[in-house]
Amino acid sequence: MSLLEVKNLHAEVAGGGRKILKGVNLSIEKGEIHAIMGKNGSGKSTLCQVLAGREVYTVTEGEVLFNGKDLLEQAPEERAREGLFLGFQYPVEIPGVSTSYFLKAAVNETRKHHGLPELDAMQFLKLVKEKMDLLHMDKSFMNRAINEGFSGGEKKRNEVFQMAVVSPLLGLLDETDSGLDIDALKTVSHGVNAIHQSDKDKAILLVTHYQRLLNYIVPDKVHVMIDGRIVKSGGKELALELEERGYDWVENEIAATA
Amino acid sequence: MTTVLEPTNSFVTSFEKVDGHRAAWVNELRQRGMTAFCEAGFPTAKMEQWRDTNVSAIAQTHFVPAPTATGKAVLQLAKQYSFGDTAAAELVFINGHFDPHLSTTSALAKGIKVLSLEKAFETENVLLEKHLGKHARIEQHPFAALNTGFVHEGALVHIAKGAITEKPIHLLFLTIPGTEAAVSQPRVLVVAEENSESSIVETYAGTDGSVYYTNAVTEIIAERSARIDHNKLQQEGNMAYHTALMQVVLSERAAFVSHSTSIGSKLTRNDLAVFMGGEFAEATLNGLVLAKDEQHIDNHTFLQHEKANCPSHELYKHVLADKSSAVFNGKIYVQKDAQKTDAKQTTKSLLLTNEATMNSQPALEIYADDVKCTHGSTIGPVDPNAVFYLISRGLSVAQARHLMTYAFAADITRRIKVAPVRVRIEDFMTAQHGLPQDLRITDQARHDVAMQ
Ligand SMILES: Nc1ncnc2c1ncn2[C@@H]1O[C@H](COP(=O)(O)OP(=O)(O)OP(=O)(O)O)[C@@H](O)[C@H]1O
Ligand SMILES: [Mg+2]
Repeated sequence: MSLLEVKNLHAEVAGGGRKILKGVNLSIEKGEIHAIMGKNGSGKSTLCQVLAGREVYTVTEGEVLFNGKDLLEQAPEERAREGLFLGFQYPVEIPGVSTSYFLKAAVNETRKHHGLPELDAMQFLKLVKEKMDLLHMDKSFMNRAINEGFSGGEKKRNEVFQMAVVSPLLGLLDETDSGLDIDALKTVSHGVNAIHQSDKDKAILLVTHYQRLLNYIVPDKVHVMIDGRIVKSGGKELALELEERGYDWVENEIAATA
Repeated sequence: MTTVLEPTNSFVTSFEKVDGHRAAWVNELRQRGMTAFCEAGFPTAKMEQWRDTNVSAIAQTHFVPAPTATGKAVLQLAKQYSFGDTAAAELVFINGHFDPHLSTTSALAKGIKVLSLEKAFETENVLLEKHLGKHARIEQHPFAALNTGFVHEGALVHIAKGAITEKPIHLLFLTIPGTEAAVSQPRVLVVAEENSESSIVETYAGTDGSVYYTNAVTEIIAERSARIDHNKLQQEGNMAYHTALMQVVLSERAAFVSHSTSIGSKLTRNDLAVFMGGEFAEATLNGLVLAKDEQHIDNHTFLQHEKANCPSHELYKHVLADKSSAVFNGKIYVQKDAQKTDAKQTTKSLLLTNEATMNSQPALEIYADDVKCTHGSTIGPVDPNAVFYLISRGLSVAQARHLMTYAFAADITRRIKVAPVRVRIEDFMTAQHGLPQDLRITDQARHDVAMQ
């Protein structure tokens, strides 16, 4: 059984707005790393957001199974508790809400969902400390408000740090690499790999524009998204080819077979 | 409750029954107040300053002067709102009447006097005559005029030159309504002399379920380089009407900080006027409105920059639930000599439902040319992007909305220095907006220990 099975997924902007996803098919096995590449506006973020349950999009067709369950029936918080994590392309700043409180609540809601006892302050601190070391986070960080005043790169690192703390089954990382400096890219990639390897079932879906990331986090499969569909899939060498040749040849290839 | 044709009538009747005061100047002051009130009458929507707050319910209710109350309910309420030994002094008023047994002034530092107005008329007549009624602009504030007509009970706080009190002076006005709709009209005078530092809290609270009316006037005089941290906490009962004028006069280099928190009442109108009458005086006006049900809370502030080099900062935040409504009107007046004025006004309002309404208006009147005046106002629901971010990490929608709501309010709460005031606000946030224990700025358990 695949960890994630997306079948013919169509989605539009809620209220009968623009159609963005036009029949996405994608399956991710347990333990795999996938990457989606594609032009600006092709629908990569929308796919991630729809999977996470964003209410501004309406699914009009298709189905999604996550870990054997109907994903689309679940509320966003349920999806999270079931092990789906979305690292946002544009993480939100939330002034006044401390990262430590928020993360503890997130971890404990998930634990409750699975019938596990909640972590107390000490246990949570220990968990957080470990993950902060993994991602070379500054100590002051937990006491700061969520993303408030963070630089672009800091926000992205924060997303992966949070992923490390909640330890999801499937991590969707939407352009987590953009905005990271060279050193940060290495640290964050190392972190993602560590999360991935912490459990043989864990899978990752990366959305990226840059082949370089895939040198650090090596994908099993690479997909190309054009106009709301995944039109081509291949191994990691496909990323190299895209880097070299751009997207036009893929479009031409599709047009020729259509 | 009876409707009277001439709404001022019931007050005129009460006025005529009031015994004359020993001091002639007090009788004159009262007469002046009553005359001003009768000339103006109750404010109506036709008046610019009263367009968005309808006080006809106050005008149409026959209020009797509040009789005092005793008994268990009184003690319980007093205990609930008392600051205990975290206060430097605490004067307790029950239905407007000073209660010496519930009050304490024994811990006051040298040079600081806190006494009931009645007592002050005996011992501080000179000071009172100099200031009482000399600052509140009763011609512009009919309710303040009405209060002046009945000047009798309340408090005098006198901070002598150079005196310092770190602990707050607490003036606690409690109402336990009886069978008849009653009014109490407390009057507070604060005189802070040169270089003094003080913290003053006025709490107005009462029990739910009955109509009553509190009409308060506070005059605050801060002399040269005096520093005052003032809190007003309004937690009146859910059927209460509350109107108040606070008139502040600042001399050179005086610094005044106001935290006005409105939680209770059915209808509140606060007027806060600050006259910045000396160079380098500084005013900070912070406000927090936490309304629900069909409450209506109106804050009118007036910063009058008379002299050069005075900064003023104003931040009012509103959390409006259910069908509540609020008004903020912030006037900043900069006289032509008040060069280098630096005035910043911000209002932010969080609407928790589609039925809650906010009406926010800045009013700048600037006659000087070298000034910096900014104002900004935001009104909106809980940010859906933030809520989605939080729930996408596993929090429930309710948790996420609560988190956003008290983060919004905490921006004000954390600026409040007086712990018992923060505790009361956070208690309300816990009850109403799910504030969890570990997010409280002020630890309830530790506070309880301090109170024993
Ligand atoms: N809520 C929305 N309302 C209207 N249009 C939207 C909305 N969300 C996405 N779109 C549009 O749908 C298209 C796909 O957007 P999406 O963000 O998924 O692209 P993307 O592939 O992630 O692009 P990028 O590489 O620039 O991040 C874009 O044209 C975008 O403007
Ligand atoms: Mg995108």
